[in-house]
Amino acid sequence: MTTFRVNGRDHDLDIDPDTPLLWVLRDELRLTGTKFGCGIAQCGACTVMLDGMPRRSCVTPISMVEGSEIVTIEAIEGPEADAVRAAWTAIDVPQCGWCQSGQIMSATALLQAIPKPTDGDINDAMAGNVCRCATYVRIRQAIHDAAKTLEG
Amino acid sequence: MGVITTRRGFLAGSAGLTLGLMLPLGRGRAQMTVARPFAPNAFIRIGTDDIVTVLIKHIEMGQGPYTGLATLVAEELDADWSQMRAEGAPANDQLYANLAFGLQGTGGSTAMANSFMQMRKAGAACRAMLVAAAAREWGVPAAEISVAAGAVSHAASGHKSGFGALTAAAAKEPVPDDPPVKTADQFVLIGKDRPKLDTVGKTNGTAQFTLDVYRDGMLTVVVAHPPKFGAKVASFDDKAALAVKGVEMVRQIGSGVAVYATNTFAALKGRDALVVKWDDTAAETRSSAQMFDAFAKAAAEGGVTVEEKGDVSVMSGAAKVLEAEYRFPYLAHAPMEPLDAVIEVRGGKAEMWFGSQFPTFDRPTVAAVLGIPVEDVSINVLLAGGSFGRRAQGSAHLASEAAEIAKAAGRDGAFKLVWTREDDVKGGYYRPMTVHRFRAGIDAEGKIIAWENTVANQSIMMGTPLEAMLQGGPDNSSFEGSTGLPYQFGARRIGWARMESPVSVLWWRSVGHTHTAYAVETFLDEVLEAAGKDPVQGRLELLPADALRERGVIEKVAEISGWTGPVRDGKGYGIAWAKSFNTYVAQVVEVENQAGIPKVTRVWCAVDCGIAVNPNIIRAQMEGGIGYALGTVLHSRITLGEGGEVEQSNFDDYPMLRISEMPAVEVAIIASEADPTGVGEPGVPPLGPAMANAWRALSGQIQHYLPIGGAMS
Repeated sequence: MTTFRVNGRDHDLDIDPDTPLLWVLRDELRLTGTKFGCGIAQCGACTVMLDGMPRRSCVTPISMVEGSEIVTIEAIEGPEADAVRAAWTAIDVPQCGWCQSGQIMSATALLQAIPKPTDGDINDAMAGNVCRCATYVRIRQAIHDAAKTLEG
Repeated sequence: MGVITTRRGFLAGSAGLTLGLMLPLGRGRAQMTVARPFAPNAFIRIGTDDIVTVLIKHIEMGQGPYTGLATLVAEELDADWSQMRAEGAPANDQLYANLAFGLQGTGGSTAMANSFMQMRKAGAACRAMLVAAAAREWGVPAAEISVAAGAVSHAASGHKSGFGALTAAAAKEPVPDDPPVKTADQFVLIGKDRPKLDTVGKTNGTAQFTLDVYRDGMLTVVVAHPPKFGAKVASFDDKAALAVKGVEMVRQIGSGVAVYATNTFAALKGRDALVVKWDDTAAETRSSAQMFDAFAKAAAEGGVTVEEKGDVSVMSGAAKVLEAEYRFPYLAHAPMEPLDAVIEVRGGKAEMWFGSQFPTFDRPTVAAVLGIPVEDVSINVLLAGGSFGRRAQGSAHLASEAAEIAKAAGRDGAFKLVWTREDDVKGGYYRPMTVHRFRAGIDAEGKIIAWENTVANQSIMMGTPLEAMLQGGPDNSSFEGSTGLPYQFGARRIGWARMESPVSVLWWRSVGHTHTAYAVETFLDEVLEAAGKDPVQGRLELLPADALRERGVIEKVAEISGWTGPVRDGKGYGIAWAKSFNTYVAQVVEVENQAGIPKVTRVWCAVDCGIAVNPNIIRAQMEGGIGYALGTVLHSRITLGEGGEVEQSNFDDYPMLRISEMPAVEVAIIASEADPTGVGEPGVPPLGPAMANAWRALSGQIQHYLPIGGAMS
């Protein structure tokens, strides 16, 4: 039995302890905003917040999240997340959209850590998130825009 | 593939207009029928809440048809953008055919081009019916009624209404045969940026893709495919697989061995535990190196002539002859959402949910596998997490695999077929590996007097249900872009050598242009240099005076990039252009030499795609096409090792472009009154050659084998 909290709700699940958090979120909790892209932590589509830090859920066995607090794209909120979403929408960042949950989680985590990131900071924080549509020009722009919004 | 907009095609579509309640098919007076809110037989639905939903006949995989086609309807309907919604149209050949193909499917960057008049006529017909209904209800002449931003009004009487309140009355009005549409100067929405209809759902996790579909009692299925192309199952042992908790059954199907489980992780564990022996009798066992040698030999032999002007034997009188051989590897499309499909079979009927790009082939294929009438197969076309050609399958192999899984289960139920990234990277349907062979002769004045180019690769269409479309001719998609060049070369001969292999191939974002633009535009750059010409000026001199759109994008990109030549302040600059899918794109790339590694810092892009329906989407597609192409030129190759097995498996050894590698991009859209053409693919072809030209100018290194990273390693 693994006990953990997702988006403010407690869960007790009797499940194969090796099961990646990604598939627990999707198959068991039906939180499908978190996406599968590679399964080996190479693309970032599955990024969630685990105890406040961005984490690749595809390589995180459920046994590792005992007692943890997880937040997914469906529930992430706060000044940084709100600013990121607004900036993403304002310039229509997504194309196919599959990677964007992960991009938004990583961008939110970046702004929580560095309120006014440089292009180099953005490269460091976002290079783990692949976008096959290559929306990178707009991702970069939206992060700068969100940072400006947060500055007030 | 040409774009032919037929009147018949328009009528077939627009006659099924739905206003709140369904209108019957066929012309004449509309009748009230029982509302079936999701019965998909038309393009437009207007609810009593004023919401206008447009059924989009093209799959949305990131290129913007939901927004683009809804814009066309909204324009002629005079709707307000805030009341517009878009929904994927289901599989139905009669209602939702692509007028460029005559069948239902998305590809060849045709969505906007083939829909431009059809969707506007549909919107105009709907508007006319709303106006007629208002005229009847208010007892005023229709000619005095105006519509703007979703409001129908009559100034003299003060009557005013939204669309929703008029739907019941409008449903009784006749459907106009051929309603007039606006002239370009009357456009309110076309040509302006507005928020995309699918953005919000893609920022909060609510957008529904295939993998997100869960049906009651559904089993998740993964398939063990043969490691060599053309191999078959010899035998398998499923004892260990069935011992995995959650694995329900294991079945042999045509494409391999399927493992069914109650959740994804159990299915994957079960497949890992499976022991399969493969029969390699008919398999491709050559390595890429061996295949390249065979392809190069065939290219050197000249292939069959697919285009010829003048007599290339004048080459023997040239002052200088240049030769080159190019090698392009297989490429996987690697859409971020790996292939997947959900199928539910109950009582002899099948319903599917997936990113079907060619419903025309998918639907009858499923019917044939299951042995049921085609009418008993319904397909809900969902958003796709990218495709780049991968889901456009003449073979319908994914739908077929899903149907086989359902059939092999031997019982009714719902099944979700999931491909992993490894299945995707190793799974074939690649951009064909290709060899180009060139010879060009220049005279003493630097004029190109002869140009020879032979292409050797597999055909995408031959041997598939699409072969009939070739009408006995060669597969143009194998060499398009090598043929049809507007350059005034003197004599030319283009040859094609068709290669064969069990490795499956498919169109890959911009198809033949993925390699022809690179080969032609880099080889030409070398020839121009040998002739002492500037890359921009040299190209313009080769183009006839009436090649206005070609000249237009080249001149524009030279202007916005401040072109002064191939090297400036220690940076390299290269230009290339291509016409693909009737859209003209030229790009200039700026490259820096970072310790021997090319670093692309800026890209300028000029695009002429006719009327710019949504400039923001056009810019986005150019930016994305540039990034897609850059990652490919730098990193991408699928290779077969000794014995024929694919050497790559996931993003660790088939790397994607990262944000840190993405250049700044500036896009200029050429103002035009020509009918719109596509933008999903045409941003891709010029980037590779422009980059290689810049890098050659800066470093002196010639890149005839791709990827550049591969050539360096």
